[in-house]
Amino acid sequence: MSTPLLEVSNLVVHHGQLRALSGISLAVYPGEVYALIGANGAGKSTLLRTIAGLHHPTSGTIAYDGRDVTRLRPEKRATAGIVMVPEGRRLFPSLSLEDNLKVGASYARSGPWTIDRVFELFPWMTERRGQRAAQLSGGEQQSVAIGRALVANPRVLLLDELSLGLAPVIVQRIYEMLPRVLDSGITVLLVEQDVSQALRVATRLQCLLEGRTTLEGTPAEVSREQVEAAYFGVTDGNGITDGIDA
Amino acid sequence: MAWVNAIIQGLLTGGLYALFATGLSLLFGVMKVVNLAHGDLAIVAGYIGVGVIAISHLPVLWSIPVVVAAMAVLGYVLQRSVIQAAISRGELITLIVTFGLSIIIENGLQQFFTANSRGLGVGDSFITASFSIGSQITVAWFNLAVFVVAVVVLVGLQQYLSYAKYGRLIRAVADDREAAQLSGADYRHVFGIAAAIAFGTVAIAGMADGMVTTISPTLGTDTILLFAFCAVVIGGLGSLWGTLVGGIVLGVAQAIGAQVNPSYETLAGYAVFLLVLVIRPQGLVSQGAEL
Amino acid sequence: MTENATASPRSEDLPLKVTRSRRNVAWSGLGALIVIGVLFAFPYYVGPGTTGILIQGLIILTLASMWNLLAGYAGLVSVGQQAFLGLGAYFVLIPAMHGISPWAGLFIATAGAAVCALPLWWLVARLRLGYFAIATWVLASVVMLIIEQISSIGGGTGEPLPGLVGYDGAVLTADTYWAALTIAVLAIGGVYFLLRSRVGLMLTAIRDDEQAARSSGVRVGLARLLVFVVAAAGCGAAGGVLAIQQLGVTPGTSGGVFSVQWTAEMAFAVIIGGIGTIEGPIVGTVVYMVLQQTLQSYNVWYLISLGIVAIAIALFARRGLWGTLDERFNIRLFPVGYHLWAPGERRGRRRAHPVS
Repeated sequence: MSTPLLEVSNLVVHHGQLRALSGISLAVYPGEVYALIGANGAGKSTLLRTIAGLHHPTSGTIAYDGRDVTRLRPEKRATAGIVMVPEGRRLFPSLSLEDNLKVGASYARSGPWTIDRVFELFPWMTERRGQRAAQLSGGEQQSVAIGRALVANPRVLLLDELSLGLAPVIVQRIYEMLPRVLDSGITVLLVEQDVSQALRVATRLQCLLEGRTTLEGTPAEVSREQVEAAYFGVTDGNGITDGIDA
Repeated sequence: MAWVNAIIQGLLTGGLYALFATGLSLLFGVMKVVNLAHGDLAIVAGYIGVGVIAISHLPVLWSIPVVVAAMAVLGYVLQRSVIQAAISRGELITLIVTFGLSIIIENGLQQFFTANSRGLGVGDSFITASFSIGSQITVAWFNLAVFVVAVVVLVGLQQYLSYAKYGRLIRAVADDREAAQLSGADYRHVFGIAAAIAFGTVAIAGMADGMVTTISPTLGTDTILLFAFCAVVIGGLGSLWGTLVGGIVLGVAQAIGAQVNPSYETLAGYAVFLLVLVIRPQGLVSQGAEL
Repeated sequence: MTENATASPRSEDLPLKVTRSRRNVAWSGLGALIVIGVLFAFPYYVGPGTTGILIQGLIILTLASMWNLLAGYAGLVSVGQQAFLGLGAYFVLIPAMHGISPWAGLFIATAGAAVCALPLWWLVARLRLGYFAIATWVLASVVMLIIEQISSIGGGTGEPLPGLVGYDGAVLTADTYWAALTIAVLAIGGVYFLLRSRVGLMLTAIRDDEQAARSSGVRVGLARLLVFVVAAAGCGAAGGVLAIQQLGVTPGTSGGVFSVQWTAEMAFAVIIGGIGTIEGPIVGTVVYMVLQQTLQSYNVWYLISLGIVAIAIALFARRGLWGTLDERFNIRLFPVGYHLWAPGERRGRRRAHPVS
C-alpha cells in the first residue's frame, strides 16, 4: 500500500507549440479510484492519453509498478496492465459487439475477466452480441468499450470522460459497475467532467486548470467552494491560487 | 455460340483478376496505401517461380506454395521497413515510394532476365485440356481450376478476416489504429501480416498467370496493376465479394470486346471501368465507401 | 512592391514592411535574363550532338515543372501525364500530315492538350490521391489504345513526321533547341507567374489546409482544374517538341510516347530536385541528365538508380536537393511567397523566416 501502482512526476506535455500540461504529478495506489476533474481544455484527457502512451511528454516521468514506462509504446503498456477506455468510446465500428470484445482479449493478461463475465456484468449484451458496434446507442457503446478494456485484465484502468454525450441516467448506470470492477482487484484512474459524479466515486481527486494542478485531496477533505474555485480558477480568501499566473 | 464461349471465358478470367485485385484492395482498406508496385509483385512471383523450378526441379504445382511463402515473407519485411517508413511520412511520399519500387522492380527484372517473356512450362496438354458442355461450349480445365482457386482463396480470406484472431485485428486496425493499440496490438505487426497476405495472394495469381500465358517484366504495370485497379473500382471497396464481382465484370467486358474486334479487348474493359466511375463511383457491390 | 519604411527611433512607429523576397528581385530577374541569353547562344558554340542532349534535357525540364506544379502545389499526383505528352506529339503530327508546319503545330499541341484535359479531369476529379494516380494511368492507357486504333495516323506502329524534309540537319537541331528552350522558359515562367497570382495563393491555402480553404470560399475544384489544364498544356507542348526532335511519333508503352517511363523521369527529377519549389525541377533535371549520360551504356540502370535515389530522398530528405538548400540558406530564386520584415531587420541578414 505504500508504493504507488502508477506514479506520474513533473509531467510536461505539449501539443505542438501549445503547452498542455505544466509539471503534473500524481500517485495512484492499488485499489484506489483516483479522479481527475477540471473544465474543458484543462488537460485531463491529455494527461490520460500520455499515461496510456498515445502522447509523448516533453519532460517528466511515468512509473508503473516501480518501472519507468515513459518511453514504452502504447501497446506494450496495455499488455503490461495499463488499459484505457478512450474518450468517445472508439469502438471498432465495422466489427460486431462480440468481435470488439474479442479484440480487447487478443493480448489479454491472465485474470478473472472473460467475455462471459462481461456478459454477466451487462446482461443485455448477450442478445446483441452479433450487432455491429456502429449501430449501438451511446450508452451501449460505452459499456462495450469498458468491457473491451476489462477483458484485457488490466491492473490500472484508465477511464476517459465516461459521461461524455450520455444522459445522466445512463451515466449513473454505467458507474454502477465500478464496484464490481474494483472488487476484481483493478485500480481506476478516471477523468470526469461531471464533478458530482466524480466526488461520488473517487477515493482521491485532483483538479486541473490550464495544465496545472489547482487542488488535490480526498472528497471528504475538500469543500464545495474549494472545488469550484479550483475548477474555475478564482482566487479566494483561503489562499487558493488560480492557475493562471502560478 | 462463340459469344457464350467468350463470356464464359471472361467469367473465368474474372476470377483471376479478382485474385490480382485482392491484394491491392486489402492494402488500401487496411492502411490506405495504394501500392503502385502491386502488379510488378505478381511478375516477381512468377520469376521466383521460374528460379525455384530451375534450382529445385520441383513440378510447377509444388513450387507454388514455396513461391507464396517466399512472397509473404517478402511482403512482411517490405511492409515493416520501406512501406511503413513511407506511410509515416504521408500519402504523397507513399505513392512516390511505391512508384519508385515499381520502376526499380520492372527495370531490375529487365536487366536480369531480359525483356523476353517466359512461361512456367506446365506442359501444353495441362493448359489446353478442355471439356465440353453440350456440343458448342468448350471450357478449358485450367481456366476453370484457376477460377475455383480464386473463389476458394477469396472465401478463405473472408473467413480468416471474420473469425481468426489476426483477421479480426486486421479489421480493427483498419477501423481505428489507436484504439487497437490500446487493446495491445502493435499495428505495425498487423500491417505486416496484411501485407504478407496481400503479397501471398498476388503470388498465387502471378503464378497462375505465368502458367497460362507468359510473363515479362512490363506486364506488371501494363496489365495487372491497371486491371486490378479497375476490378476494385467496378466492384467497390470494402468487400471481397465486390472484388470478385468487379473482376468478373471486367473479364466479361474484355471478352465481349475481343469478340467484336480483337484489338478492342483491353479498351472494352476500360470503357466499363470509366462507365462505373462516372455512374456509380462507389462500385457495384459496395455500400458507399469513399474512393 | 516594397513599401518605404520611414526611419524612426522607436520600432513601434515603423509600418510593417512586406515584400516578395528578402533580396532585391530585380537582380534575380536580370540574372535569369543573362542565363537565358547564354542558353540561347549554345547552338552557336556546341555541336549538334550536345545540342540534341540539351533538347532532351529541356523537354524533361518542361515536364518536370508541370509535374511539380501538379504534385507539389495542387496535391495531384498524376501517373498519366504521358497522355498529354503523346497527345501533344500527335497534335503536331496530324496537322503536319495536312500541310501545316510543325512549328505552328506546337501551338496546336499546347492548346489541344489543354482542351483534352477538360473531359479527362471530369472523369477523375473526384478521386482521392492514390486512386487519382492510378486512374490517370488508366486514362493514359485509354488514350493510347484509342489512338492505336486509328491506322491513318500510324496505328500501333507510329508515323514519321512530314513537313521537315530539306531541312539542314544542324539547322534543324538548332531550331528544335530554340523551340524547346522557349517552351521550357515559358513553362517555368508560366508556373512562376501563376503561383504569384491569386490562383497561387489559393493553391497554397489548399495545400496547407483544404478544409479551411474551402470554408474560406476558395474554389478548390476550380483551382485544381486550372492547374490540371495548365500542366496538360505544358506537357503537350513538350510532346510537340519531342515529335519534332524524333521526326516522328511512336505510340506504345515501351519507349513510345505513351510510356509510363516519361512520368517516372519527370517525377523522379522533381523529387530529387525538390518538390514544391520552382527551382527544384531545374536542379532535378540537371541531376537526371547527368545520371543518364554517365549511365548511358547501361540503359535500364539509370532508371533503377534514379528510382533508388528518389526513394531515398523521399524518405530521408523529402524536400529534395534544392529544398534542403533552401531551408539552410534561405535562398529563393523564384520568390513566390511573402517575407515579413521584422522591425529593424536589414536586407542580407539571415534572421527572419520567410512566409511562403
